[in-house]
Amino acid sequence: MGLLTNLRESISGLFSESEPKRIGIYGPPNAGKTTLANRIARDWTGDAVGPESHIPHETRRARRKENVEIERNGKTVTIDIVDTPGVTTKVDYKEFLDHDMEKNDAVKRSREATEGVAEAMHWLREDVEGVIYVLDSTTDPFTQVNTMLIGIIESQDLPVLIFANKTDLEESDVKRIADAFPQHETVPLSALEGENMDEVYAKIAEYFG
Amino acid sequence: MPEATTPEDGDDGVRIDLISGARMEGLASMEKIRLILDSVRDGDIVVLEEGLSPEEESRLIEVTMTEISPDDFTGIEIETYPKPDSGGGSFLGRIMGKDETAKKLTVIGPANQIQTLHKDENLITALVSRK
Ligand SMILES: Nc1nc2c(ncn2[C@@H]2O[C@H](COP(=O)(O)OP(=O)(O)O)[C@@H](O)[C@H]2O)c(=O)[nH]1
Ligand SMILES: [Mg+2]
Repeated sequence: MGLLTNLRESISGLFSESEPKRIGIYGPPNAGKTTLANRIARDWTGDAVGPESHIPHETRRARRKENVEIERNGKTVTIDIVDTPGVTTKVDYKEFLDHDMEKNDAVKRSREATEGVAEAMHWLREDVEGVIYVLDSTTDPFTQVNTMLIGIIESQDLPVLIFANKTDLEESDVKRIADAFPQHETVPLSALEGENMDEVYAKIAEYFG
Repeated sequence: MPEATTPEDGDDGVRIDLISGARMEGLASMEKIRLILDSVRDGDIVVLEEGLSPEEESRLIEVTMTEISPDDFTGIEIETYPKPDSGGGSFLGRIMGKDETAKKLTVIGPANQIQTLHKDENLITALVSRK
C-alpha cells in the first residue's frame, strides 16, 4: 500500500462517514466469483471487474473495484470489492493444455495463477475486512480446500457470508451448503441470471455496513 | 514416476514422515512449513500428529504456490482427519479452551503423485503403520 493511497484513504475518510470496507470474494475455481463481482460492480457503478471464463484460473491476480456504493433501506454502504483467483493447493500447467493452449502460454498462465493464489492468501491475512465465500451449489461443498479456507477466515475473525451460487441450475442444492457450514449464513443466488440479488445486497449491507 | 527419490530403506514404496506434536511444538511457523515442503518435494508423504493452525495453513498454501514450477513441483494435496482418541470436538475439549483446529491429524503429499488423498482413516492408519 503506497503512501499516496494511504493519504487518499485518510483524506476521503474525513469526508465520508465511513471508509469503504475491503471485501474479498473467495472460493474455489469456477464457483462464479468473477461473475458475482462483475454483477455487483455493474449494478452499482456501471462497469465490470474482469473477464469471466469456464477456463479455470481466468482470474489470476486479485482485482479490485473501489468505492462501490450499495444502497439498502435508505442506508448506503461503501465497499471495495476484491475478486480473487480460486484458492487451490496445486496448479499444473498441463491442465491448461486441454484448453487449446501452447505450452509457453500454459506455463505462463500457471505461473500467474500461483502468484495470484499466493497474493490472495496474503490479502486474506493482511488486507481484507470481510469475506464473501462463493460456492457452486451444484457441487459438493465438503472439500479440503473449503474447510481449510473457512477455518482460515474464521481465525482472522472476519465477517463472512456464504453465497450458494448457480441456483438457476437444476442440480443446485443450497441446503447441502447450509448444512456444511451451519455456523455461517448461506445466501442462495444466481450471479449469472441475477436471481435473489435483493437479498444479496441486503445481506452485504447488513454484514459489511 | 520419477525414480530419483529412493527411500532410505531401499524399497520403492512410499516414504512416510510421521512428525509428532512434540517435534512441531518447538518450531517456528516457517520452520514447520519448510520441514513439510522439503519432505513433500522429495516425494514423501508427511503425517502431522497435531496439524497446523489456520494461520500456518494459509502460509503453507502461500509458500507452496511460490515453489510450484513446471515439470518439477505441482503443489500439494492436504487432508485432515479428526483424531479418534483426542476427544476432538468434545465438550471437555471446548471448555479446556483447546484449539481444536490444531489437533487434527494432517496428511500432506505431493500433488503429482497422489491424485486424491482419500478421506479414509483406515487407509491412513494402514499407511502409517507400514513404517
Ligand atoms: N449457470 C450458472 N453459471 C454461472 C453462474 N455464475 C457463474 N457461472 C459460470 O461459471 C463459470 C465460471 O465463472 P467465473 O465467474 O469465471 O468463476 P470464478 O472462477 O469463480 O471467478 C462461467 O462459465 C460462468 O458463466 C450462475 O449463477 N449460474
Ligand atoms: Mg474469477
